[in-house]
Amino acid sequence: MAADTVKVHSLLVRITHWINALAILVMVLSGWKIYNAAPLFDFSFPESWTLGGWLGGALQWHFAAMWLLALNGMIYLAYGFFSGHLWRRMFPITTGAMLRDVLNAMRGRLAHDDLSVYNAAQKAAYLGVILLAVGLILSGLAIWKPVQLYWLASLMGDYEGARLLHFFCMSGIVLFVLVHVAMVILVPKTFLTMITGRLKNG
Amino acid sequence: MDSNLKDHAGPLLANLERRLFLRRGLSLGALSLLSGCELTDALTYDERVQRLLTAMSKWNDGAQAWLFDPKRLAPEFPESMITNPFPFNAYYGEDEIRLVDAAGYKLEISGLVREKRAWGLPELYALPEVSQVTRHICVEGWSAIGKWSGVRFSDFLQRIGADLSARYVGFKCADDYYTSIDMATALHPQTQLSFKYAGETLPPKYGFPMKLRIPTKLGFKNPKHIVAIFVSNENPGGYWEDKGYNWFSGS
Repeated sequence: MAADTVKVHSLLVRITHWINALAILVMVLSGWKIYNAAPLFDFSFPESWTLGGWLGGALQWHFAAMWLLALNGMIYLAYGFFSGHLWRRMFPITTGAMLRDVLNAMRGRLAHDDLSVYNAAQKAAYLGVILLAVGLILSGLAIWKPVQLYWLASLMGDYEGARLLHFFCMSGIVLFVLVHVAMVILVPKTFLTMITGRLKNG
Repeated sequence: MDSNLKDHAGPLLANLERRLFLRRGLSLGALSLLSGCELTDALTYDERVQRLLTAMSKWNDGAQAWLFDPKRLAPEFPESMITNPFPFNAYYGEDEIRLVDAAGYKLEISGLVREKRAWGLPELYALPEVSQVTRHICVEGWSAIGKWSGVRFSDFLQRIGADLSARYVGFKCADDYYTSIDMATALHPQTQLSFKYAGETLPPKYGFPMKLRIPTKLGFKNPKHIVAIFVSNENPGGYWEDKGYNWFSGS
């Protein structure tokens, strides 16, 4: 590594990040099509924002990309646990620090000097989105297999409860993606860093 | 055929499906490489994507057969939880519901079965009756709880001397609908040839004179207005399955 660059993201983190981005995109767009077949609430997603053409096509995309999402997520989490990446990057985190950094971010005063060290707002967002993804996958499994995985569905208030939970986890993840992309636009060097893994000093 | 066979056939079949799934899983990677070479410029990009999606759906059939526990029962509910009115759903509208004439009705039996004679309604109604209050889950996402009564389908398959080691049971319906299921699901204790809804003769909108109620599969795998049942080792497909819905569609 050249002396004037610092390593921010490992190769595994970068690869799983982009596979995850693709999987989430496919899952969300096909999921909106599936939602539209029997809307839970008094609205539907615009058809042009959906994937699959018809319900059967959307289900094919959804049940193909779910393997990509789940396997990729498991690889990332296994790496995060055993390499220490998760513990180093996400902890320690305190409520006070999180509130302070979220307020700073909203005032546009969040420092981003060292991209390899997450501020508390980032820590909370990244931990939160991991939990949302776990909830999304578990509720999705409960919807897919409410009989074979009845124990899982019953934790969520049976089939209909799992549907609601699946919807709210999706909403949380979409909200995260919107904020995440907005932040990348505000600090563009983070985008290249997620590709090259490196950041030029100064 | 005694009940011993029935008790053993389920797990054996599930094991068979598991082995087939593992073998298919191993060959899937090699297969996609092969097809990648053979297509070259003959197929458009969309067709290649569709091939991949269809292959994944087939793989999911295997994954679901592997997950399917022939002994796990779908949850049953108190009658107070029954959805009223129970929704009508078909590939056509409620104004096009087929009316089947009870007097002239015959249920045709064919394929890998010993007794291929047709059944009239009175003798079907005389079969031992069981009831269930279970959740019907539609592929669209909505669900509704209903009460169905009829004969346990595994009992019926044994009565007609069906080859319980065959892989598929197919159904043809008076409304030109058709579908098919795996033998392990056909032998599941809650799979029921239903003649009644909510204690009354099945009304036309719920599939008079009979539907196959399968609480371990999505709604479109529950054929209505059945006029023919056959046992086969070739997958007979289905109305929606041939258009792209996942074939196994288990719950």
